[in-house]
Amino acid sequence: MNVITHTKAPADAGSTPHFVDPRPFDPGASEPMANEDERYWRASALTLIWWKFKRHRVALASAIVLLVFYAMLPFVEVVAPYPLTKRHGDFLYAPPQPVHLMHEGRFVGPFVYPYSFKFNLDTFTRDYEVDRSTPQPIRFFCKGDTYSFWGLFDASFHLVCAPEGGTMFLAGTDRLGRDVLSRIIYGARISLTVGLLGIAVSFALGLLFGGLAGYLGGWVDNVIQRVIEILRSLPELPLWLALSAALPANWSPLLVFFGITIILGLLDWPGLARAVRSKLLALREEDFVKAAELMGASRARIIGKHLIPNFMSHLIASATLSIPSMILGETALSFLGLGLRPPITSWGVLLNEAQNLASVNLYPWLLAPIAPVVIVVLAFNFMGDGLRDAADPYH
Amino acid sequence: MIAYIARRLLTMAGTLLIISALVFVIIKLPPGDFLTNQIAELRSQGGEAAATKAAFLIKQYGLDLPVWKQYLVWIGVWPGPNGFSGLLQGDWGWSFEFDRPVNEVVGDTLWLTLLVNIAVLIFVHVVSIPIAIFSAVRQYSWGDYLATFIGYIGLAMPNFLLALILLYYTNRWFGISIGGLYDPQYANAPWSWNKVVSLGQHLIVPTLVIGLSGTAAMIRRMRANLLDELSKQYYVTAKAKGVPPTKALLKYPFRMALNPFVADIGNILPHLVSGSILVSLVLSLPTVGPILLGALRSQDQFLAAFILMFVAILTVIGMLISDLLLAWLDPRIRLGAR
Repeated sequence: MNVITHTKAPADAGSTPHFVDPRPFDPGASEPMANEDERYWRASALTLIWWKFKRHRVALASAIVLLVFYAMLPFVEVVAPYPLTKRHGDFLYAPPQPVHLMHEGRFVGPFVYPYSFKFNLDTFTRDYEVDRSTPQPIRFFCKGDTYSFWGLFDASFHLVCAPEGGTMFLAGTDRLGRDVLSRIIYGARISLTVGLLGIAVSFALGLLFGGLAGYLGGWVDNVIQRVIEILRSLPELPLWLALSAALPANWSPLLVFFGITIILGLLDWPGLARAVRSKLLALREEDFVKAAELMGASRARIIGKHLIPNFMSHLIASATLSIPSMILGETALSFLGLGLRPPITSWGVLLNEAQNLASVNLYPWLLAPIAPVVIVVLAFNFMGDGLRDAADPYH
Repeated sequence: MIAYIARRLLTMAGTLLIISALVFVIIKLPPGDFLTNQIAELRSQGGEAAATKAAFLIKQYGLDLPVWKQYLVWIGVWPGPNGFSGLLQGDWGWSFEFDRPVNEVVGDTLWLTLLVNIAVLIFVHVVSIPIAIFSAVRQYSWGDYLATFIGYIGLAMPNFLLALILLYYTNRWFGISIGGLYDPQYANAPWSWNKVVSLGQHLIVPTLVIGLSGTAAMIRRMRANLLDELSKQYYVTAKAKGVPPTKALLKYPFRMALNPFVADIGNILPHLVSGSILVSLVLSLPTVGPILLGALRSQDQFLAAFILMFVAILTVIGMLISDLLLAWLDPRIRLGAR
């Protein structure tokens, strides 16, 4: 420790010389911190956030759920039991096959009972007769239908496959006899990335405009504030509808996908910009900024080292909270037929096929994509709540 | 107060002006328009007479003018081919798809849209205030957890699907006809008591579905506000002095918590209107929602632009009302202090 000693203090007549103890000074020595305290005070902000977030059980569980969902995305071909477009002509609108464990009182392991299709000529409905005599065990880590992995090479390895010579439709099939569960798993790829890409667009815009408003102030601030107010006072769905109707009809589905994410992001930034601005204004007045200024820190250092880390955690938390509305927005747009179109498969596109009352009545399993939508949206909400509470670890 | 209202009305006019420009730009974004598409189609089929009519309509509605001029004509501050005739003069334009004036096409749906939205707004407030008070006063009770749970479901469930499912079950269990706002036999009938009853029955599902997410958000916020107030000293003092619990609750903390609540009307209103459009589409309610979707698909520009404008006006007026309520409730706001 650097101790300044004025050994050559001006010796005024009659006064005692200014005395400074030359021994090294350790402020912690007089009041030794407990081990736990020390760990707390020396932890970085990120560690503190993590400690606080960990205490929020529901948020932690949600984060794990989301991690599992997103970790699955690169490998949907392997996770899904059937390829995306595999059609089973003999099993149109087949109901879900439940997984059983016990056959006639004896443990067999997970298996399904086969069923066969019969058209009921009295009621004109499709009946599936379950054959309860022959259990068909489900295979794991197995060779199944061939798929093209990332469009790069062909493979046939699956985590789960249908039994040898049998079928396994855990969530039923749709009107073309495609496995609903596999389609949900493939749809996750699009539905879950829409939210992330949309939030990236909105994040960039929010940071830019909020930063400009908070940093420059004056008329720029005023103009941006008015724009934010106007955008926030508009109902977003009609605007989404209008903007997606504006996407040219001859675009390829992939371009439409990017168009939709940009549209979702374009209308979402005002909330974030407002958060950035108010945080920037509040933080500018904080004591630690003043302290940094007095110590002669450059402006770039203050912004980069003190301001950004401080509001970034808040920003990430509020961004997390607006991802679900994007996922729901994509679902709604696709459901109305203005969003993504087949052959792109998203949860909204899948639900679009379940749009009529007949499916609620006769084929309720077509509504299965609701389940992942609700789970993901809830998980994002809980995680966002937890992050928001943890974002300010000193309070 | 009058100065405040005047100032507020002035900003509202400015907001609406900007919104109208925004709406017009969005409508004009897709390449081509209804008439040029139609002319091309008719030419290819050899329908010269109809094509001439379409060309006449293009002249009539100034679609050959530059876009900024079209916009000024549309809002009615620039003389169009037939003088000043735009939104400001009460001329809402022409629907090319229906071949009728826009006001005839939208007609009753405007009132029904308004009705649905008001019903939802009332529902949200009537339901969320008592539940929020209950879950704040009895924090961490079973009722509180139940309200929170239902609230989260309301937040996460796509409301168009909820509409579909509820629609099916109300038909099955209560025999209420599917779709629309009244039974088919009342569709063209004059207003009578039975028609009003039928209307009321059909309003239940849309109100519930549209209002659910808003109610959830309101309960959450009101509960948090109230909890903040309940831990303050003035409330403890009031209780210690022997003010009856209900009075102590409703007179002070509740009134304080109501403030952000009223301010929130402005925040949730756009979401409610969005929700009402989506749900109307699924339930085929005779509101502006389905017409808007059709108009956007066929690029029927005046119809689509008018409906977007109508929806925007609805929310802006709603926000004005919420601001005025807030000013009435809280003297600090109407006196201009911060």
